[in-house]
Amino acid sequence: MLDIDLLNKKCIDIRKLIVNQIGGLGVGHIGGSLSVVELLVYLYYHEMNIDPKNPDMEGRDRFIMSKGHGGPALYSVLADKGYFSIEELDTLNKPGTNLPSHCDMLKTRGVDMTTGSLGQGLSCAVGMALGSKIKSDDAYIYCLLGDGEIQEGQIWEAAMAAGHFKLNRLIVFLDYNKMQISGTVEEIMDIEPVIDKWKSFNWNVYRANGHNINGIHKSVIEAKKSKDKPTMIILDTIKGKGVSFAEEAKVLSHSMTISEDMRIKAIKELDSEVDNL
Amino acid sequence: MIPDNNIKEMRQILYEFLDQKMEEDERIVVIDADLSKSNGTYNLRKKYPNRAFDVGVAEQNMAGIGAGMAAYGFIPFISTFVPFATRRICDQVAVSIAYANRNVKIIGSDPGIAAELNGGTHMSFEDIGVFRSIPNMVIFEPVDVIQLKKALPQIVEYEGPLYIRFFRKWTPTVFDEDYEFNLFKGDLIKEGKDITIIASGIMVYEALLACKKLKEKGIDGELINIHTIKPIDRDCIIKSARKTNRVVTCENHNTIGGLRSAVTEVLSESYPVIVKGIGVQDRFGQVGKLPYLKKAYGLEADNIVNACMDIINN
Repeated sequence: MLDIDLLNKKCIDIRKLIVNQIGGLGVGHIGGSLSVVELLVYLYYHEMNIDPKNPDMEGRDRFIMSKGHGGPALYSVLADKGYFSIEELDTLNKPGTNLPSHCDMLKTRGVDMTTGSLGQGLSCAVGMALGSKIKSDDAYIYCLLGDGEIQEGQIWEAAMAAGHFKLNRLIVFLDYNKMQISGTVEEIMDIEPVIDKWKSFNWNVYRANGHNINGIHKSVIEAKKSKDKPTMIILDTIKGKGVSFAEEAKVLSHSMTISEDMRIKAIKELDSEVDNL
Repeated sequence: MIPDNNIKEMRQILYEFLDQKMEEDERIVVIDADLSKSNGTYNLRKKYPNRAFDVGVAEQNMAGIGAGMAAYGFIPFISTFVPFATRRICDQVAVSIAYANRNVKIIGSDPGIAAELNGGTHMSFEDIGVFRSIPNMVIFEPVDVIQLKKALPQIVEYEGPLYIRFFRKWTPTVFDEDYEFNLFKGDLIKEGKDITIIASGIMVYEALLACKKLKEKGIDGELINIHTIKPIDRDCIIKSARKTNRVVTCENHNTIGGLRSAVTEVLSESYPVIVKGIGVQDRFGQVGKLPYLKKAYGLEADNIVNACMDIINN
């Protein structure tokens, strides 16, 4: 059963952890962390077969944050799930931390793949899906791509391979917040028609509101019916979602400085959202 | 040089090893990028269709798939020509494989002049330099079929990223069947007292010829094979340099970044002596067969002899 109220409440908690994490440091990738919260909450609190007490569990589902700069969002979820302490979130990007800007499987408990150089995570996910098929362990391999990231050529090598190998248990999400560092995706290097692109690589393609857990859930249910194709779920998202200053900063929220005042205001804003639920 | 039909090609040894090892060890997978017939791995997919496969002409993806499979508990061998295994996918190797410390074995075939008629685009002289400066990378360059056969089990045993700079065709044998191989130790092939010759890959045979020619001149050369260029066997190099005080390095690679660089880095810190480098002198490749290319780039036994005499006479 999908407990929407609980998950929506969890999204606010996670957003607060993201704001405190990046705000505590004063700078970071806030926009693209806030845009993927609903997806991560849905996967980690509802859908994935994982065990925080046994992060290396055989046959577990995997999640690859191919847009590695989404690290702070993933760390918030992992800490809240108990992979490590909430206090550790305060060490983000500080000397000697286990929580670097971009995801590092050697440093952070619960991170399934090292990512950060854009375009590489999908190939790794394809490798894991092939590995899962050989082992017949029935795992699902989830992967999250940034919209700017799919401008990388390697993405399309991996897309072609996933279709070719009929990796039906590979479920990939696109964080389509329509912005990248230097401008809008449309003006920098348009990825449209994005649905047709993935379809033509022999993928199932669904599209959902990335901030509506029910919609994400429905798409994943469809994806799991697939017998012979990988699935792309395009999530329409808002960069900086849920925090006014980040949403208003638009493109500039990719990596921005955050003052203590901004942090406090954002937390208040998120707290008031709880009342509106 | 006329190939000896009694000696198998290097790729045949690789195939035979993988064929047997894949039966014993279900973790081993072999991934090619449309060069499996060249590298001898093609027939594996008939016997192991799930664990030996092709990703097409897509080396970046091959590296990532290898890293992903390694993260899933497999031991992937990814295989293509040297330039595509190294410079083309340098970032994928650096991040998804080396930085993530995944247990992927990278087979790059046709090192340096072995690219022959494929010419300059396929003739990498920089691959050792590139990979040597990436942490976690082990670089292994076999000399002959005997060494390769002994090395492959140790390569599987070793856990971590490892690059095999793989001459794939027929090459004369240097080692005896009873030779004891250690992946992380250099080989003292011939003891001598006057000058140290340190060679890798196909240059070991040339260096052996050079030693014979030096002997005719009354020079007693010591010959060392460095098959694992990183991490390099420091002790073996320093010990020999202390004895002879003169060193010549021989490599099928740019002398910038390769074996000469690795050897001088060791000696300059511990026992500085004159080191002359036989190898490609910072030039790009070109088409040609091995004999022509050896001459063109100064990779013949006579070049080694001359370098040795230069040091000894000055």
